Amino acid sequence: MFAQRAGTTALRRVAGQPSTIFASNFARALTTTQARAVATQKISAEEARAVLDKQRLNRPVSPHLDIYDKQQTWFGGSIWQRFTGAGLSGGLYVFATAYLAAPYLGWHLESASLVSAFAALPVALKGAVKFVAAWPFAFHALNGVRHLAFDLGYFFSRQQIVKTGWYIWGASFVGGLYLAFFL
Amino acid sequence: MAALRSTSSVLLGAAASRPALRFAAGAASVAARRGMAQLADGATHNTTASGENANLKTFQIYRWNPDQPSEKPKMQAYTLDLNKTGPMVLDALIRIKNEIDPTLTFRRSCREGICGSCAMNINGTNTLACLCRIPAEDKAEMKIYPLPHTYVVKDLVPDLTQFYKQYKSIKPYLQRDTPSPDGKEYRQTKADRKKLDGLYECILCACCSTSCPSYWWNSEEYLGPAILLQSYRWLVDSRDEKTLQRQDALNNSMSLYRCHTILNCTRTCPKGLNPGLAIQQIKKQMAF
Repeated sequence: MFAQRAGTTALRRVAGQPSTIFASNFARALTTTQARAVATQKISAEEARAVLDKQRLNRPVSPHLDIYDKQQTWFGGSIWQRFTGAGLSGGLYVFATAYLAAPYLGWHLESASLVSAFAALPVALKGAVKFVAAWPFAFHALNGVRHLAFDLGYFFSRQQIVKTGWYIWGASFVGGLYLAFFL
Repeated sequence: MAALRSTSSVLLGAAASRPALRFAAGAASVAARRGMAQLADGATHNTTASGENANLKTFQIYRWNPDQPSEKPKMQAYTLDLNKTGPMVLDALIRIKNEIDPTLTFRRSCREGICGSCAMNINGTNTLACLCRIPAEDKAEMKIYPLPHTYVVKDLVPDLTQFYKQYKSIKPYLQRDTPSPDGKEYRQTKADRKKLDGLYECILCACCSTSCPSYWWNSEEYLGPAILLQSYRWLVDSRDEKTLQRQDALNNSMSLYRCHTILNCTRTCPKGLNPGLAIQQIKKQMAF
């Protein structure tokens, strides 16, 4: 097949412009393209295994988080559920521990002093501080409902996964802003 | 077609590069007319010598050679004229291998999305190269990596040994002790047969499993979406009699419950199946 094709193209060309140089070179070209400089050697099963094991030690892990679609890996509802949950509970633990330690360290974390300190802040800063706590709460609560729906087998189609994901982001920002500035 | 053209192009390309044959203007013009690549070893490569209407597209491809293990994996750029390339990414890869760089290594077989060999990460999501169109309008480079978080055998070829071992571990075959009533075949109702739709079509290309962050971090123990979908295929089969044993094998913290419904699996499946839903059905089946 290989040789046939080459033969016919050569014939066509020879018919167009006859040339003895081409004809003599053609045979050489054909032999060089078909020669294979690959040497094979037989090895036993154990040797093959050893070669494989050695090669496996060198194999790199293909890139993953860096190259995968950012929208899925970095804005996925699942990982932000974890981030917000860890942030909320971490914040609670930090504050509760500080509250316990406050009398011994001379800090003033009683409700009355916190309220008066907060009241002294400008409105924008008040809202911003509240938003830092309100947005994770809104996201965690709304996305939690989405995960409960997943647990019952709803919203599993491809479009629904993408759409509900973006709805949660939008709704959590609106909810966070409402909790921060209008409550 | 591309393959046919390339066999002759290798011959002609080799012939054209021979000084003794340079006089044969016919050969050179044939090569130019067909837009054949002159073999070159440069990183970037322009396939058209005189292409005014060339629609060039650059492919950035992950390269790693096991024969030089000390060299780090790198990205290599290849530029093709899309007017002379088939519509799919696999066509481009085959053309690169045939005409520019024969050392580029990747798996392929059926070129129609039924064998699952050419699974790779293309522009950020896992898919089959043969089912993935090259976006012709936009000029952006295409990035092609092997399946994420797999051991790389060479270039775009991942080591799927663990994946196949896990498949074997779920006993993917009919397990049944009672003989069929008529001694001929195990019958099931149309409704029972319908439950297997969307499950039996899986070709085990590993796109979904290697899209799952949970599987990236826990592939030693977590089975991953593809294998769990197969697991569900046997759990839901009305003819199988080992359902309880199958459920029992999954009833631990790792095999099944490392799924956190991230759902990259459903979003990436090149066959349009829903591994995420299948896993959810297993969880439901185990809970109730």
